[in-house]
Amino acid sequence: MKPTILKNTHIIDPLQNLDKKADILIENGKITKIATQIQQTKDKTVVDLKGAVVAPGFIDMHVHLREPGYEHKATIATELASAVAGGFVGVACMPNTNPAIDDGSIVCYIKDQSEKTLNGLIDVYPIAAVTVNRDGKQITEMAELSEAGVVGFSDDGNPVGNAHIMRIALEYSKMFNKPIIQHAEEKSLTHDGVMNEGFVSTTLGLPGIPTIAEALMIQRDIMLTVYCGGKYHVAHLSTKLGLELIREAKRNGLPVTCEVTPHHFTLTEEEVRSFDTNTKMHPPLRTQEDVDAMKEGLSDGAIDVIATDHAPHSYDEKQVEYLYAPFGIVGLETAIGLSVSELVKPGVLTLAQMIEKFTVNPRRILNLPQATIKAGENACLTIFNPEEEWTVDIQRLKSKSKNSPFHGRKLFGKPVGVINNGRIMIG
Amino acid sequence: MSLTSRHLLGLHGVPKEDIVKILDSAVSFKEVLDRPIKKVPTLQGKTIVNLFFESSTRTRISFELAQRRLSADIVNFAASTSSLSKGETFKDTARNIEAMKIDMVVVRHQSAGAPHFLSRIVDANIINAGDGRHEHPTQALLDIFTLREKFETLEGLHICIVGDILHSRVALSNIYGLKAMGVNVSVCGPATMIPREIEKLGVDVYHHIDDVIPKVDALNVLRIQLERQEGGLFPSLREYHNYFGVTRDRLDRADKPITILHPGPINRDVELSADVADSEHSVILQQVLNGVAVRMAVLYLLSQSKP
Ligand SMILES: [Zn+2]
Repeated sequence: MKPTILKNTHIIDPLQNLDKKADILIENGKITKIATQIQQTKDKTVVDLKGAVVAPGFIDMHVHLREPGYEHKATIATELASAVAGGFVGVACMPNTNPAIDDGSIVCYIKDQSEKTLNGLIDVYPIAAVTVNRDGKQITEMAELSEAGVVGFSDDGNPVGNAHIMRIALEYSKMFNKPIIQHAEEKSLTHDGVMNEGFVSTTLGLPGIPTIAEALMIQRDIMLTVYCGGKYHVAHLSTKLGLELIREAKRNGLPVTCEVTPHHFTLTEEEVRSFDTNTKMHPPLRTQEDVDAMKEGLSDGAIDVIATDHAPHSYDEKQVEYLYAPFGIVGLETAIGLSVSELVKPGVLTLAQMIEKFTVNPRRILNLPQATIKAGENACLTIFNPEEEWTVDIQRLKSKSKNSPFHGRKLFGKPVGVINNGRIMIG
Repeated sequence: MSLTSRHLLGLHGVPKEDIVKILDSAVSFKEVLDRPIKKVPTLQGKTIVNLFFESSTRTRISFELAQRRLSADIVNFAASTSSLSKGETFKDTARNIEAMKIDMVVVRHQSAGAPHFLSRIVDANIINAGDGRHEHPTQALLDIFTLREKFETLEGLHICIVGDILHSRVALSNIYGLKAMGVNVSVCGPATMIPREIEKLGVDVYHHIDDVIPKVDALNVLRIQLERQEGGLFPSLREYHNYFGVTRDRLDRADKPITILHPGPINRDVELSADVADSEHSVILQQVLNGVAVRMAVLYLLSQSKP
C-alpha cells in the first residue's frame, strides 16, 4: 500500500469521543498523521472522501460463512467479499458448518482460507461449537479451541437446550474468559413453528413460535449465570420480553450482553403475509411492539451490538413452499444502510452510538483489540457515507446468495470502503 | 361477469359482492345438476390440472365432477411427497404444468401459502383446494351456500364452528366468508385448539359447548383429527366426545332446531353422534351436492377473468 491521504473525512471515533473533519495520512498500514489539511505530494495516493464518515473498523459478530460443507450457499471467499462491500473489516463466523467448528483443525482451515482471500484484508474470528457436533451432549475441547484462536462458543442454529450442559459450558469457558453465545430458544415450545405466534400466524395458518420461547431460555440462562458465572451473550435478540430480562440482569451487574439484527429492528411479522420465504428467519420477525422495544434497547444501551446473522441460502433452497424453506437471510451488505435509515435518521442513535455497536462493543465482548483513529495506530477503518441514498438490488450483492427481503428498498447510508491489515479497498 | 381476482387463493379480503356472485351462479349450476343430462359446454376446450400434494378423496372428486359437468379437460396429478423428500420440487412441477399450456390449476398442499407461491410462478388461474391450516375457500363457500339455502338470508345469523380451530383451514375460510356476509361467528373447542388472538377476527370464543348451543342457528362441526390426540392437545377421544361432542341430548336442550354442518368425513360418535349426523336438521349430504355446484360456479367465474 502506497502512502495514502484520505482527504475531507469526517472522523467519528467513540472511544476518544472524537468527531471532527480532517485529512488522514496512512503509511505502511499505520495512521501517521491527522490534520485539517495534509499536503499532497507525488509519492502519495490521494482519495477524496468528500465528507464521508471514517470510523474504527466494523466487526460483524454473527455471520454464517457456510464453508466448509455448504459451498453451494456461500464460500469464505464470496462472503468476505460481501463483508467488504458491507463495510466490515472483521467477521466472527458461526460453527454450524459441516463438519461443525468443534476442533482445532477446522479453525485452522477457516483461518487459512480467510488469509488467502483479498490478501488478508478481512479478519475472520471463528466461534467454536459449545458441544461436539452441536448436538448438545458433550462440551468441546474449549481450552485447545481457545488456543487455536476462537473468540467464543455457540451452538447457533440450535440452542444449548440442556440446562446442565449450559452450566458446564459457562463454568468451563470462564477459564478462558470467552462468551457463550446462546441462540435463545426453548425448543419444546417452538417445535414446527415458522413465524411469530400471534394474530398474524393465526390468520395465515402458519405454525407459530411464541415470544416466550426466547424469553424462557434467556431467563434460565441468566439464572445459570448468577449461579455459576461465565460470560453470557444472547445472539439475535428479537423480543421485548427477552430484552426486559437482559436489561434487568445488566442492572444487577451481571456479565450479560446481547445483539440485535437489522431485520429485527426494521421488519415485523406483517411481512410474512406475502408468503415470501425471505421473511422466514430464526428467530422470526416479531410485532411492532418488539421492533419498538429493540430500538429502545439500542438507545438505552441494553442492546450492545448490531450483528447481521448473515445466513446465505441458495436461490433454489428458498424457492419452495413456506413450510419447507430454510430459515435466514443475508445481511452484511444492508447492515449499515438499515442502521442509518432506521436508527440514525429517526434519532434513535447518534452516528457515534451506532458506530459503537458495530466496533467498540463487539470487540469488547469478543476480547478483540480496539480499533481507534489516532496517529501511531494501525489503520483499521470503515468508511461510509450516511447521506448517500441508494436502492438495494439483490443482483448486485457480492454474497453468493441473494436471499434478502430488502430488494428494492431505499436506504440512507452507503459503505464506501475499508482499510485493514495494510490493505485498502475503496469504491 | 367475473370476480375481482383471477385466482381464488382464499376468502380473506374477498368482497361480499364476489361471494354473492359465486353463490348466485352456483344456484344456476345446481339446476344443471338436477337435469337428466348434467353437463354444459361452459369450459369446453379448457384444461384444468388438479394438483394434489395431500390426499383428499372428497375434495378431489368434487372438483373433478364439477370440471366434467362443465366439459373441461382434466389432468390429475397426485403426489404424496413434497419438496421435503427427494424428487421434483413444487416449483419444477408447476413449471412443467405451465409448459403444457394449462388454463387452471386446483391445488391442495400441506404448506400454507403454496397456492400463493404458485400464482407467482405460473400464468394459469389458481384455485386453493386447501393449503395447510390456512384456507379452504371452496369448502367455506359451499357451507355458506348451504346456509343460504336453508335460511334464505344470511345477515344476522349466528353460526358456531366447533372443534380443532387451530389446525383447521375450513374454520378460517368460514370465518372470513361468513363475516363478509354479515353472519355472527363463534368458535368453540378445547383451549389448546383455539389459535391465539383469534377474537381479533371478530369471533366469540367458547370452551363449553352447552354455553353456545342456545345462542346459535347452526353448528359447523369440524372433524377431529386423531393424530392431535397423539400430539397431546387433548387427553382422550372419550373426554373430547363427552365435553365437545354434538349429541342429540345437547341439541334437545335448545329451544329451536339447530342446523348441523360437517365438512366430512365424520368420526361418528366422536365430534358428532350418529343420530345427529343422520337427523333431519343435518345438511351434511346437501353440502356434498352443493360442493359440486359451488365449484362449478368458481371455475366458471374464474375462467371469465381477464389474464
Ligand atoms: Zn441463531
